Amino acid sequence: MATFLGINLFGLFGQLLVGLINGSFYALLSLGLAIIFGLLKIINFAQGAMYMLGAFAAWLALQYLGLNYWAALVVVPLAVGLVGVLMERFLIRPIANEDHLYSLLLTFGVALMLQGVFTHMYGSSGLSYSIPEALSGGTKLPFMYLPDYRAWIICASVVVCGLTWWMIEKTKLGAYLRAGTENPQLMQAFGINVPLIVTLTFGFGVGLAGLAGVMAAPIYSVSPDMGSNLLIVVFAIVVIGGMGSIGGAILTGLAMGVIEGLTKYFYPEASNTVIFLVMVIVLLLKPAGLFGKEA
Amino acid sequence: MMKINKLYVALLLLAIVAPFFLYPVFLAKLLCFALFACAFNLMLGYVGLLSFGHAAFLGTGGYVTGWLMMNSGLTPELAILLGTVAAGALGAIYGKLSVKREGIYFAMVTLALSQLVFFVYLQAPFTGGEDGMQGVSRGHLFGVIDLADNINMYYFVLAIFLFGFWLIHRTIHSPFGQVLKAIRENEPRATSLGYNVNDYKWVAFTLSAALAGLAGSTKTLVFQLASLTDVHWHMSGEVVLMTLVGGVGTILGPVVGAGVIVTMQNYLSGGELGNYVHIIMGFIFVLCVLAFRSGIVGEFQKMWKRNFG
Amino acid sequence: MKMMKKTLLAASVAALASSAAMANVSDGKVKIGVLADMGGVYADICGQGCVTATQMAVEDFGGTVLGMPIEVISADDQLKPDVGSAIVRKWVENEEVDAVGGLVSSAVVGAATKVTTDAKKIALISTAASNAFTTKSCSPYNVHWTYNVAALANGTVKPMVEAGQKKWFFITADYAFGHALEGVASKVINDNGGEVVGVARAPLSTTDFSSYILQAQSSGADVVALANAGNDTVNALKAAAEFGLTQMMDVAGLLVFTPNAQAMDPKVAGGMRTTTGFYWDYDDQTREWSKRFMERHGSIPAMGHAGAYSMTMHYLKAIEAAGTDDSDAVMKKMKEMKPDDFFARNATLRADGRMVHDMYYVEIKKSDERRDSNDIFKVISVIPGDQAYAPMLPECNFK
Repeated sequence: MATFLGINLFGLFGQLLVGLINGSFYALLSLGLAIIFGLLKIINFAQGAMYMLGAFAAWLALQYLGLNYWAALVVVPLAVGLVGVLMERFLIRPIANEDHLYSLLLTFGVALMLQGVFTHMYGSSGLSYSIPEALSGGTKLPFMYLPDYRAWIICASVVVCGLTWWMIEKTKLGAYLRAGTENPQLMQAFGINVPLIVTLTFGFGVGLAGLAGVMAAPIYSVSPDMGSNLLIVVFAIVVIGGMGSIGGAILTGLAMGVIEGLTKYFYPEASNTVIFLVMVIVLLLKPAGLFGKEA
Repeated sequence: MMKINKLYVALLLLAIVAPFFLYPVFLAKLLCFALFACAFNLMLGYVGLLSFGHAAFLGTGGYVTGWLMMNSGLTPELAILLGTVAAGALGAIYGKLSVKREGIYFAMVTLALSQLVFFVYLQAPFTGGEDGMQGVSRGHLFGVIDLADNINMYYFVLAIFLFGFWLIHRTIHSPFGQVLKAIRENEPRATSLGYNVNDYKWVAFTLSAALAGLAGSTKTLVFQLASLTDVHWHMSGEVVLMTLVGGVGTILGPVVGAGVIVTMQNYLSGGELGNYVHIIMGFIFVLCVLAFRSGIVGEFQKMWKRNFG
Repeated sequence: MKMMKKTLLAASVAALASSAAMANVSDGKVKIGVLADMGGVYADICGQGCVTATQMAVEDFGGTVLGMPIEVISADDQLKPDVGSAIVRKWVENEEVDAVGGLVSSAVVGAATKVTTDAKKIALISTAASNAFTTKSCSPYNVHWTYNVAALANGTVKPMVEAGQKKWFFITADYAFGHALEGVASKVINDNGGEVVGVARAPLSTTDFSSYILQAQSSGADVVALANAGNDTVNALKAAAEFGLTQMMDVAGLLVFTPNAQAMDPKVAGGMRTTTGFYWDYDDQTREWSKRFMERHGSIPAMGHAGAYSMTMHYLKAIEAAGTDDSDAVMKKMKEMKPDDFFARNATLRADGRMVHDMYYVEIKKSDERRDSNDIFKVISVIPGDQAYAPMLPECNFK
């Protein structure tokens, strides 16, 4: 076994890689949240439930419609995005002018309902979803055995996050989006349908969670509370990155995964808590978050 | 004001005779959560800050009291007192760190801090981790009254609840409470009037934490068990729901809200409908936010004012 | 006419006797509460199946005891000690429950048995594994029926250490049960010249075991022992296969219930050896009962299901023999009478509440050995009860 200063390198690298895989999910989910908060100022506590919905949708699509993983990867995010669109239109818009905290409470309620419905129908023990045939192998790295599916998650997540960032920050569409949400009256005057943009943006952010759900289905078992456990971690990440900072959410998501991996090697018990420790420190030193603008 | 006093007397009488008709442990649980919700409401309703980490104080009170009952040989009232003090002390520290923040940031700081508390209780050997702290004895009140008897236990809990409720009532109607209200309504104005806003918030937070700890201490004694459920962030969410359902910023709202939620959980969880608890709770959340933001008591007050005011 | 008179006399004597008995049965009925995880990771190994098995026992007994109806109620503990103990408290204090059955997660059972003992009610433990209920938390009202961690360690771990697999790594469920199993198994390993090289503790209901598998992989152990149960075992094994651990080291599932073995990939699990308190396909007697259970429940019984039936039957027989449902009298009878049915072989219920019976050392069948999806275990040997279970502690001798 290769060791360096008493550290088992195989073990350490392995944990870092697993951390990066978790970080990929964090990045996808917190990106969705950051878009929704940064552009729309809505605190979506149902993001975890949407992730769960994505995983269940993939499972149901396979069971009842015979849609395989690859098809689910395309169809499910759209379906979950549609749920988001309906939610924004009929539940969130009526309280758009109230305190932000009401959107938090409302979406928390929606999350509880969704979780309750799926627990009622499928129990809480979890359903299994197989890894697609094409990705069921693995690669022997010098320090560990890397299953292909896990490698795929890292790549897919980085690509999706990168594209989204580019779209919002660098394209004309993104410019409209940012302008439309920062100064709705002006954009409205230019003849742009701002409420529609808001709804679609919300749907897109939620769709990202659905995508993460499909990707998670084969490795985490599909269970009703898979989202609720992840939700507050992802929230912490968005806060650390700076609420509303798109790039911040992506980078922080990946970084927190790696930090968790490190913790898992040195002090495994604390791995679920280290993110909150980082959050407390960041908020005390830099209240707007690492990449956020001071209000 | 006369009417209100009559209402209180009627409610008190109801609370006194209730254990002869209903299961006392259930009633005691209801009172503990009512006190917890009242303590929480002190922050949300009267200071305007949403804490998403109040479970940390409920749990701290519970664990400290439970540990003392098992290991120190103290009488229950002293164990509860120390549990409350511990929660208050934790609240004082957390308050210092968090009251400078507002809105969502305040909610997030309190959430993060309570997650750290959760971690400590998960890992610390004295809490029993996932198994919970089991077999806490109820002991003898003042060394004399046997609390193993459910009726005795209930009246003890009722006394604690009344004390907590009275304290909150006094605080709100004191000059201190008036300043808190002024801060909630218009913080810059309160600052310009020369009040040190953060100090006021900090005192309120500490008091709120201590009372939440009192509720947790009492609850541990009732159930003879303290567990991670009490420190989990879901508990912090549940108390928001109770307060919201009853009516944020009303003195009786949290009591009513806790009553509704605890009763619902109690009757649904035993039977076939167990799985519906979350669905119904979620639905109530959505309904309250969309249609009844003032909660049951708040809406009732509005109705009263419209028709008789 | 004379005949008639005799019958009348007999009938009135019987009526008298039963009314006398009636007086000895509190509140006019015997009520059994079944507490189990109904929807979580342990739902398949006890859950609704334990309720069904308990009801079957009541029906087979005739539905009444001492002329009084027997009622079965059930509730979901959600794997939470606080929820479970609150339900049991309500049952024994407010709903006249005489005995609590089911009882799955050791953490919940620990909290629940505190309440039953305080109330002097009997706890019939079917599926929980911790040995605490008859050792450090023993009580005159605890009955621990199906198996425990000592039997698992003696049954599964000992032969492997003796066969030369000396270095062990544990992936442990981080609560009472996992700690107990890890503790007992470690002692067996050390006593037989082996060594524990590392431990990773995963919370109950963990879904992604990858980081624990990696810890095991870099530990240099011969055997990775899964000191967990239910879906946790299934998920851990899945991750072990995904990360290639199964090709590097032996994986030993210390507690594998039949429904979980069914859910495992035979390519990965085939050949793995474990210890069980019951296997449905052992002989004609077990098959007869299991067939009836399958018709009612839809899947083959796990050991906890069979245990729930067997202990309920024994409890009811003891009430009949004692002529009362008073807990002390019933416990005395239960310990006097020898349990003997399709489940309990060469069995005694010891004074500490431990039911000692034959255990089975089994191997999970490989794909090509399986007749159908219910054909899971191959029984290698029968372990006599006194070799499987630890001796009684003197302080737990409740005569």
